[in-house]
Amino acid sequence: MPEPVADRPYEPVIGLEIHVQLATRTKMFCGCALSFGEEPNTRTCPVCLGHPGVLPTVNAQAVHFALMIGLALGCEIAPRSLFHRKNYFYPDLPKGYQISQYDVPLARNGALGDVRIHRVHLEEDAAKLVHAGASGRIHGAAGSVVDFNRGGTPLVEIVTEPDLRSAAEASEWLRLLRATLRRMGVSDVNMEEGSLRCDANVSIRPAGEATLGTKAELKNMNSFRFLQRGIDAEIARQEQVVRGGGTVTQETLHFDPVTGDISSLRSKEEAHDYRYFPEPDLVPLAPTEAMLSRADDALPELPAARAERLERDLELAPETARLLAFRGELGDFFEAAVAAANGGGDGAVAGPRALASWVTVELVPRLGDTEPTESPVTPEALAKLAGMVSAKAVSQSAAKQVLDVMAIDGGDPEALIVERGLGMAAADELGAIVDGAIEQNAAAVEQIRSGNEKAIGAIVGAVMRETKGRADGGEVQRMIRQRLTVDG
Amino acid sequence: MAARASDEALSLTAAAAVERIAAGELSGAELFDLYRERAGNEDLGAFLWLSEAAADVPADAPLGGVPLAVKDVFCVEGVPSTAGSRILHGYRPPYTATAVERLAAAGAPMLGKTNMDEFAMGSSNENSAYGPVANPWDRERVPGGSSGGSAAAVAAGLAPWAIGTDTGGSVRQPASLCGIVGLKPTYGAVSRYGMIAFASSLDQCGPLTRDVTDAALLFRHMVGCDPCDSTSLDYPAEVPLPTAERLDGVRFGAPPELTGEGIEPGVLEVFNRVRTTIEELGGEVEDIALPHTAHGLAAYYVLAPAEASANLSRYDGVRYGMRAGDGDLLSLYEETRAEGFGDEVKRRIMLGTYALSSGYYEAYYGRAQRVRTKIAEDFRAAFERVDLVLTPTSPSVAFRLGERTSDPLSMYLSDYCAVPMSLAGIPAISIPGGLSDGLPVGIQLAGPAFSEPRILDAAHALERAVGFTGEPWRA
Amino acid sequence: MIERDQVLHVARLGRLKLSEEEVERMALELSSVLDHIEKIGELQLDGVEPTSHVLPLENVLRDDVPRASLPRDRALAEAPEPAGGGFGVPSPGGEG
Repeated sequence: MPEPVADRPYEPVIGLEIHVQLATRTKMFCGCALSFGEEPNTRTCPVCLGHPGVLPTVNAQAVHFALMIGLALGCEIAPRSLFHRKNYFYPDLPKGYQISQYDVPLARNGALGDVRIHRVHLEEDAAKLVHAGASGRIHGAAGSVVDFNRGGTPLVEIVTEPDLRSAAEASEWLRLLRATLRRMGVSDVNMEEGSLRCDANVSIRPAGEATLGTKAELKNMNSFRFLQRGIDAEIARQEQVVRGGGTVTQETLHFDPVTGDISSLRSKEEAHDYRYFPEPDLVPLAPTEAMLSRADDALPELPAARAERLERDLELAPETARLLAFRGELGDFFEAAVAAANGGGDGAVAGPRALASWVTVELVPRLGDTEPTESPVTPEALAKLAGMVSAKAVSQSAAKQVLDVMAIDGGDPEALIVERGLGMAAADELGAIVDGAIEQNAAAVEQIRSGNEKAIGAIVGAVMRETKGRADGGEVQRMIRQRLTVDG
Repeated sequence: MAARASDEALSLTAAAAVERIAAGELSGAELFDLYRERAGNEDLGAFLWLSEAAADVPADAPLGGVPLAVKDVFCVEGVPSTAGSRILHGYRPPYTATAVERLAAAGAPMLGKTNMDEFAMGSSNENSAYGPVANPWDRERVPGGSSGGSAAAVAAGLAPWAIGTDTGGSVRQPASLCGIVGLKPTYGAVSRYGMIAFASSLDQCGPLTRDVTDAALLFRHMVGCDPCDSTSLDYPAEVPLPTAERLDGVRFGAPPELTGEGIEPGVLEVFNRVRTTIEELGGEVEDIALPHTAHGLAAYYVLAPAEASANLSRYDGVRYGMRAGDGDLLSLYEETRAEGFGDEVKRRIMLGTYALSSGYYEAYYGRAQRVRTKIAEDFRAAFERVDLVLTPTSPSVAFRLGERTSDPLSMYLSDYCAVPMSLAGIPAISIPGGLSDGLPVGIQLAGPAFSEPRILDAAHALERAVGFTGEPWRA
Repeated sequence: MIERDQVLHVARLGRLKLSEEEVERMALELSSVLDHIEKIGELQLDGVEPTSHVLPLENVLRDDVPRASLPRDRALAEAPEPAGGGFGVPSPGGEG
């Protein structure tokens, strides 16, 4: 069990290494289409199978996306960078080397939020090693099967400086990065499916010290929850080691989310010697002005900037602004609704804060798994509904009933209100209902008259029940008071 | 066809055969059959595989159907392609090399695959897993390497022409030892796609032919940018066929570093005769310093093995080729590669891995890359004063089978004069300059990048003047 | 000057199993070649740019347009041990 923070003499220092699969159409170095769960080995060619004599060719769109990422993260783009070969043997690596970047990455020295970016580089993904068993026993010595569909998928590796100080901070920052990449449309950024993968370098040091402790690398945590739990567990483990008088060793670790155990992934016996050298089959990348401005032009407003703008210009609460900015499509929906409300012209319109509440509090739960872009409720319809509430043409609770219907079948809110008789009760009808309620709640009337203001709630409740919510609570209170005063 | 007529057809240079075919006096299919039969009966060990029949040749193809011998380093779809290695025994690629495809489309259908040093590593063809190749001039001697099968096949009249690959002399040196013409093009002129890689920054595909005109004709149809090879370029203009008969005003530079110490006396004698011939043709020969070329071989034996060590990592027994091992993954790798690779290949993998390994990179690889820069600068400076550099192609004539197998360094020295041009990425040709003790001596002409037309023209004039009539198979 | 231990280390990096005889021979042969190579250590090369490529090329890029992949049968046709629609290998243990 981690101890309370106040008792800790140690401070965690965390840096992240993120691998992002790019949403290109083809692989990094060959024309095979990217795979989305196809049958094994149906998306391969001589190049990505590493046949003799083949040569890699660089995917222009992958370079474009990587430049966008470099720019979005405020990095310096290298005027000239090389691809290198990183040599090691593993069955998921068909050539015996991975084409990656080494001493000069495509981009470096950036920042996202408070976290500095060390480097951003392009490389190719490994294939998938499937352990046999489920598919039946394989004859001979083979215990695993390699599927090369994923092999060669374009990857961008993003390495941060060790600027994070807790698991929660790491997870929070990764959400910002994910939202940013998602907004840019450069990746599916799905952690469960592996299009966003995160390793964490974790070390601890006496709080206040400037030097870094020995770090351990925690591999491939495939959800935000595991990331947070894994880092927490590793911090606890290191503290225990250090408290017990031991020293942390540099190693690669695997966190098991089921048991919470941390185990060493690789034997340290064979030190890694990747023998990097410049990839002779490829020529340098030297982004031209045209390539850079094309990447820059392709950048949308990014979540951090958007949250700031929503908060500043539309006066949304920070949490709401962040929610809308981090869920880009939801933010787009909201802003479309704001635009529709402002263009609506006559009558009272819903303000941005009210609309934000309609979107985040009312619409989101009703949509469930449906993406905002697929919402049966259009931004214009929601703006109209909210406007009618503001104009007191429909009560809040009736409007919610209308939204229930719209969230399934769509439709025009005004027509639905008419069709279902959910509009505000007319003045004479409401007057009669109020009169009836006063008559039937003599006890409450008595209490009110003897100074217990709160008793008015019982009468209001009765009116609202009778009108099925087609009345404005404030208006009903006003009418009750008026009647009791007149009678008194 | 009568015996005399067939002998006559077989004696034609490829260019002459193309003309006959165009004139309707000979058919490509007939010629293919004649060579197919001849190659089928060879006993030099030059071929590893023969086509049953010629692929269809387009009627208007510029090369008319004159068949081509292809070094086994080129992948050809469905055809055994082994690079002379046991590890690729039985491998049939799912695709075809661009150079082979382009030549077939131009009308040079593949006659067969020729023997070679394993993964193009060697200078004698003795490193083939499929046996050595005899030099048609003296069967006790090597044909050179690594394109030994292609060179022997052309020299012995088993094929009208051939393609090979040259990383540090593997086209030029066997051409020299077999008394034929071999051209190593400018790096990037010919696509490497489908050429089983040895050292990627050096490998180039080139023609091996009976004369300079044939080399130009074949080269013309090989060049060009290939979208599958990022390191290929468009050739600046169509390659003309050479016509020069004189060398008036052409300036040659003979570097003392490559024309003195270490060159056999018999080879030097031929070289000096050719020097005189050049002057008789109106050319000028002066000494020109290429000071860093003396270190070319050393730099080459760092860079090429380093690249090779990575290029050969893909032979792991997983996706194709042979597999060995006793059950665990490490033994799959180690035993497949131990059984699949021959001695020289293992040596180069060891050398290259060592040179790249942690702590040695800068001392070996880094320095070798800088030597490469200096060598390229040497050539650039030289070409400001002279048009072409002139050297012997190899320090020696064909040596005896087995003579150098136990001493790797002596074998490596065979490429001493050829390696600097490879490092600089510039084109160079080897043409026969004469005989020394009855064995051919090659002369190398090198020029700046994309100067093949100039080199071919000079070589053409020299070839006529030298009057080499090397046709050992007709003797 | 190249030791037996180094030979074994490099052989492991290159995944080559060497016999006892090969280890000894390799140590001698590599030493002799390295002696020759080390002559480049005598050259003055400070400030000289390394050449990894002789070509004057940059930014050679391919359009992101899919091309046909191999039929699975063809992809697996050369495999020494095809299994379950893929390439069979021993399960990695400590290897890696």
